[in-house]
Amino acid sequence: MMQMQSWRKTLEFICIPLGAILAALFAFGIFCAFAGGNPFGVYYSIYRAAFGSWSAFQNTLIRASPLMLSALCTILPARLGLVIIGNEGAIVLGGLGAVAVGLAIQGGAPIIVQLGMALGGMAVGGLWIALVGILRHYRAVNETISSLLMNYIAIALLNQLVEGPMRDPSSLNKPSSYPIADVNMLGNLPGMRVHYGLLFGIIACILAYILIQRTTFGFAARMAGGNLRAAKIAGLPVGKLTIAICFLGGACAGLAGMVEVAAVHGRANISLNSNYGYGGVLVAFVARQNPLAAILVSIMLGGILASAGILQRSHGLPDATALVFQGLVFLSILYSDSLYGRFDFFKERAIATSEV
Amino acid sequence: MAEALGWLGVPLGIIAGTLRGSAPFLFVSLGECLTEKSGKINLGLEGTLLMGAMSAYGISYLTGSPWLGVLSAGVAGLLFGFIHGFLSQQPRVNDVAVGIAMIIFGSGLAFFLGKPFIQPSAPQLPTLDLGAWSQSPPVQAALQISPLFLIGVAIAPVMQWFFRSTRWGLLIRAVGDSPDAARAMGVSIYKVRLLSIMAGSFLSGIGGASLSLYYPGSWSERISSGQGLMAVALVIFAKWRPMQCLYASLLFGGAQAIGPALQSVGIDSYYYLFNASPYILTLLIMIITCSPKRTLTGVPGALGRTNESRL
Amino acid sequence: MNQRPFLSLSRRQVVRGLLASTAFGVARLAAGCSSSGDTADDAAKDAASTGGDDLVVGFIYVGPKDDYGYNQSHAIGAAAMAKIPGIKIVEEANVPETNAVQETMRSMIELDGAKILFPTSFGYFDPHILQLAEEFPEVQFFHCGSVYDEKVHPSNVGSYFGYIDEAQYIAGIVAGETTKTDKLGFIAAKPIPQVLRNINSFTLGARSVNPKATVQVIFTGDWSLPVKESEATNSMADQSIDVVTCHVDSPKVIMETAEKRGIYCSGYHTDQAPLAPKGYLTGAEWDWSSVYTQYAKDLLGGKTLMDGGIPHLLRGGFSDRFCTLSAYGPAVSEKVQADANAVKEKLIANEMAIYQGEIKDNTGKVQIPSDKKYDQKAIELEQMDWLVDGVDGKVAG
Repeated sequence: MMQMQSWRKTLEFICIPLGAILAALFAFGIFCAFAGGNPFGVYYSIYRAAFGSWSAFQNTLIRASPLMLSALCTILPARLGLVIIGNEGAIVLGGLGAVAVGLAIQGGAPIIVQLGMALGGMAVGGLWIALVGILRHYRAVNETISSLLMNYIAIALLNQLVEGPMRDPSSLNKPSSYPIADVNMLGNLPGMRVHYGLLFGIIACILAYILIQRTTFGFAARMAGGNLRAAKIAGLPVGKLTIAICFLGGACAGLAGMVEVAAVHGRANISLNSNYGYGGVLVAFVARQNPLAAILVSIMLGGILASAGILQRSHGLPDATALVFQGLVFLSILYSDSLYGRFDFFKERAIATSEV
Repeated sequence: MAEALGWLGVPLGIIAGTLRGSAPFLFVSLGECLTEKSGKINLGLEGTLLMGAMSAYGISYLTGSPWLGVLSAGVAGLLFGFIHGFLSQQPRVNDVAVGIAMIIFGSGLAFFLGKPFIQPSAPQLPTLDLGAWSQSPPVQAALQISPLFLIGVAIAPVMQWFFRSTRWGLLIRAVGDSPDAARAMGVSIYKVRLLSIMAGSFLSGIGGASLSLYYPGSWSERISSGQGLMAVALVIFAKWRPMQCLYASLLFGGAQAIGPALQSVGIDSYYYLFNASPYILTLLIMIITCSPKRTLTGVPGALGRTNESRL
Repeated sequence: MNQRPFLSLSRRQVVRGLLASTAFGVARLAAGCSSSGDTADDAAKDAASTGGDDLVVGFIYVGPKDDYGYNQSHAIGAAAMAKIPGIKIVEEANVPETNAVQETMRSMIELDGAKILFPTSFGYFDPHILQLAEEFPEVQFFHCGSVYDEKVHPSNVGSYFGYIDEAQYIAGIVAGETTKTDKLGFIAAKPIPQVLRNINSFTLGARSVNPKATVQVIFTGDWSLPVKESEATNSMADQSIDVVTCHVDSPKVIMETAEKRGIYCSGYHTDQAPLAPKGYLTGAEWDWSSVYTQYAKDLLGGKTLMDGGIPHLLRGGFSDRFCTLSAYGPAVSEKVQADANAVKEKLIANEMAIYQGEIKDNTGKVQIPSDKKYDQKAIELEQMDWLVDGVDGKVAG
């Protein structure tokens, strides 16, 4: 009977998200047909651009890697029931912190500099989101709104610093900080053109999963998230938990910023602000705040982003088409969450009969 | 030509900026206020704002009637509100997530459909020239007020009264504060929330029309620059009171003018931080006014809770 | 609690994610099954894009193609290039200045068979174009605005840019003669050399005919902030400034606001005359159509950057048709037009330099001594970090 149960349940877990994506693709196909594109041609192009070849898949992975780290900034605090959307700010400032440290110790051995940059990015990103947690715990400031506001403040800080005190005067038409030396840059993964951010992202997601599911810390956080009052009565240090978990989330986003600096741009400038933050929030929710699922959802979003170009180039659709596609996929998947348990086919017959 | 205003231009610029620029904040924040009072949050109003701006501009251009444009912006808002209201009330679906997805979907749709309207100039809404008494062109220009703004100003006290004194207002508050009690009263939470979200979204659409048909009065893909999201924060700043939404919108509208007005008289350092001043200000005020010891007055009790079931 | 088997909580999510990332494969299956004609279609398209004798040229824009500004000016140029037989254009808009642009370039090279790329935004250059150029030495990359340095940059990278400040200088003359209050306004995105040079040339032009003229600068802080730009225009009008011009990505809203306030405006990037039929004086426009057409002819003629047939550093002003002036608006008197045209002819004939010493900056420091003159090609002008005397504004944020 157990066998039966898991068979039907598993089928539900497969069919519902699959159906959601198919529905989104169907709706998008109709949309494309109205816009004058050939839906099947569009489907094939999306597949080809995102997963069609090893090279295309690397494109997908490149776009997915910052999203994994960014998503953790929402996922970890979500264990405490906090909805944090300050990922963008933590990424931007993490990148800034990484550059500051990297430049300060640039004489050291590359591995030391890289480690320093990573710690710098994580510390700054972590403190930024920890501040959200502090405000939440000690001043009861709504964390969603404060983290949203802090995104704007972080971006203003980045601009002010890279165009003022941290500016490299030789960065003529795109104000930037001084560059990180080439030897100190993070390279690509062996045999790929994907940088180490992917590895960091996967490791961080796995660690986050273990932290949440397998440690007392994670257990305490989940308990506090489930019932704050009960947790307080049980003597859990809710304040410390809040701040610690916010710090960890922010540190992940800060690491994403460090990777952008140390593997892509080589310096801090306004390109650090490129919407990985809000992408990460969406990934977190679509993955239902599960770090392992976030890896896969990031890859899916990476694939959508990777296929954005081909819609313009091969099908003559405007650039906004990719946004419409993204929106449809996410709305559809978010909706599909409500469908579990609604279809009789997936219901456990054995249980149903035993209940009667 | 009139004399240069010099330093006097700074307060005038800020006042003028307030009168010009606060309408989108006002409409979106009133819309969000209504939405949140019913117990849901709608971050997607940024997308609604863009969609409203686009459809208002497009319809105004196609029909030659800006007021038809305003109406269509509202209708576009209603439709988006329906999507958000429906999706965010499904079991296990989080309203913040739906909101962000709606920002992406809404802005995508607005940009997609708005491509043909970037080049042409659409007829703008007429303005009320309240400054005709003055000899000074800056004052005259500052007092060219949009009727939309006045409508928004009128809606604020009406909404305040609506929440306080009408049956429907009480119903929405009940649904937002204690859904269980409301359900016990036989109220359909789903319907009340859906209607509140749709009405709120309608108002945001109108806010978009104000962007594209009054100030700055054009359609481009960057037209909102995050004002929709900002307005969501503003509601919390205003503690869910419509009249305070009005004051806060005026403040935020004025804040947009601070940076340029100061630079125009020669203060030109730290303009990024000046531009971020509304955000910093909101955060500071939240920090000062919130306290863990007492619950925030006016906060809808059900805000941020997950949907258990749909009944 | 321990009963909960490993992964049970998350199995659904994991499976879902897994499916999410493979579902596109299913979609492809559906495409393949339902209409084999489509795949054939697609294959034909592939052949058309990579095969044939057409030279495939890729254009990449940082924003939407139709913004009444920077990106549009390039898209117009690309459209002109596309008309030339033997050239096929692929375009992608809204590509951010991250590794996304590297992937776009790669995809244009690998999937579309592009041999020539025009990534048009300044921020694409370092590190993105430089990295791809090393990886694809046979592909030529033409970049707008950077300064090519043969010592450090690969030989398949070319840089082009126009001395649009020549057009701004003439627009300054028109503004300086037309203004009634002697106060002009310049709305700029960021204090970077390209922008400062335009501000300075505009100011020098205005003050060459009207020494009392001053130029107020407002930096908005970013390339496209319609509300801030409109607010800046309004506060300038409040300060009785009666001509505004700008250097932002999309000047549309500035021109419209100026027209509403009843002041004059001078365009930038593209022709914005329809936006301000009464107050539009003139404007500094790019003429990428002529530049791109020339590039296309050279490339079709077999010249390349690598063999030196095409110069790595291509610059030009009026005389090389890199920029033009918008047609004068109704508010520009015939005398002003004649004055402006006379100076324009001198610039074209290379009889005068805009940056002829002595030039002081607005802190009183001599930036160009009296015995010195920079002609337009001078690299110093591309590294400008000062504002000329007569400008109200400051460079440092």
